[in-house]
Amino acid sequence: MAEQIALEVTRFSPERDKVPSIQAFDVPLRKEWVVLDALNYVKDRIDGSLSFRWSCRMGVCGSCGMMVNGEPKLTCATFLTDYAPGPVRVEPLKNFPVMRDLIVEITDFLEKLSKVKPWIIRAKEKPLSEGEYLQTPDELDTYRQFSMCINCLLCYAACPVYGLDPLFAGPAALALAQRYNMDSRDEGKSERLDILSQHDGIWGCTFVGECTEVCPKHVDPAGAIQQYKLTATQEWIRSLLMPWGGKR
Amino acid sequence: MTTYTEYPPKGYRVRISTYWWLGRWAYLKFILRELSSVLVAWFVIETLLQVNALIGGPGAYQDFQGFLRNPVVIALNIISFFFILFHAITWFNLAPKAMAIRLGGKRVPAILIALPNYAAWLVASVIVAWLVLRG
Repeated sequence: MAEQIALEVTRFSPERDKVPSIQAFDVPLRKEWVVLDALNYVKDRIDGSLSFRWSCRMGVCGSCGMMVNGEPKLTCATFLTDYAPGPVRVEPLKNFPVMRDLIVEITDFLEKLSKVKPWIIRAKEKPLSEGEYLQTPDELDTYRQFSMCINCLLCYAACPVYGLDPLFAGPAALALAQRYNMDSRDEGKSERLDILSQHDGIWGCTFVGECTEVCPKHVDPAGAIQQYKLTATQEWIRSLLMPWGGKR
Repeated sequence: MTTYTEYPPKGYRVRISTYWWLGRWAYLKFILRELSSVLVAWFVIETLLQVNALIGGPGAYQDFQGFLRNPVVIALNIISFFFILFHAITWFNLAPKAMAIRLGGKRVPAILIALPNYAAWLVASVIVAWLVLRG
């Protein structure tokens, strides 16, 4: 028989259970298998009721974020062999309410994301006949890193501030706001400033920095937030010195 | 029997322990960095007290030096010194994250932002050492 590894998975049924529990499964330990393959093996062969989210299996969709041995990970990019001889503990993403087994409720993030207006805002839209809004490679380069976010929410699971204060906007939402602030085609900076410079916005961040460490796409949300703190402070000084219209 | 699921179903919220920062080195380092600000404040207060003692004349300064010789104060100052080192080093290392300076279309590398901070620190330390040690 092929080598096996123990997979310890969180089980929770909102209809049946008061608190989540851990269930162990033995799964084949294959060199090319990631944790998501092991979960699918359990679902296909052992217990079809195991619930978890996944889609692309290639680190693009951001659906399969879970805690693997206590670390926020994309399970499609986390190899079983790295945890041999095991056991591998798979739990739902930290800091979110658990809905069922490994599925968490993320409405809170989606609401926060839309609040920071992560889209290109124009004072006046150009008519279609005038063509696209052009951008040089250098202009693209200024925000490119922040645009790589796939909303996998590993950063929220790593952020103790979000865990302790659920009102905090959180790393991904703030990084995406900064992504649009830095876009040369955007004219919505001052609109976002009022939302981002609130206490629950950038100033909620205490720069623990773990969001950046766990990000599978190297977005660096912690950097984005600190850079925006600098911008917000400059804007605040400008509004003090020029109260008649210093805000850009 | 089918059971009815209310919508939206109530999720289970995991309570965060008061000691969440003990479980992970990165979190502990963060808490130590936050704590270091208290000891930075202590050094500031101590310096102000020293200046105050200087203004008070030779007697007052003698008393202040007696206070500094207290083993408890010496221990506190040694601990504070290491925390301030930790504070300064982590601060300078984080500075490049907050400062995204672009020159000629490229972002200035982190080391070039951190280095001037360290250089300024070194210069300030040399000046202080010269003032203290020259006689």
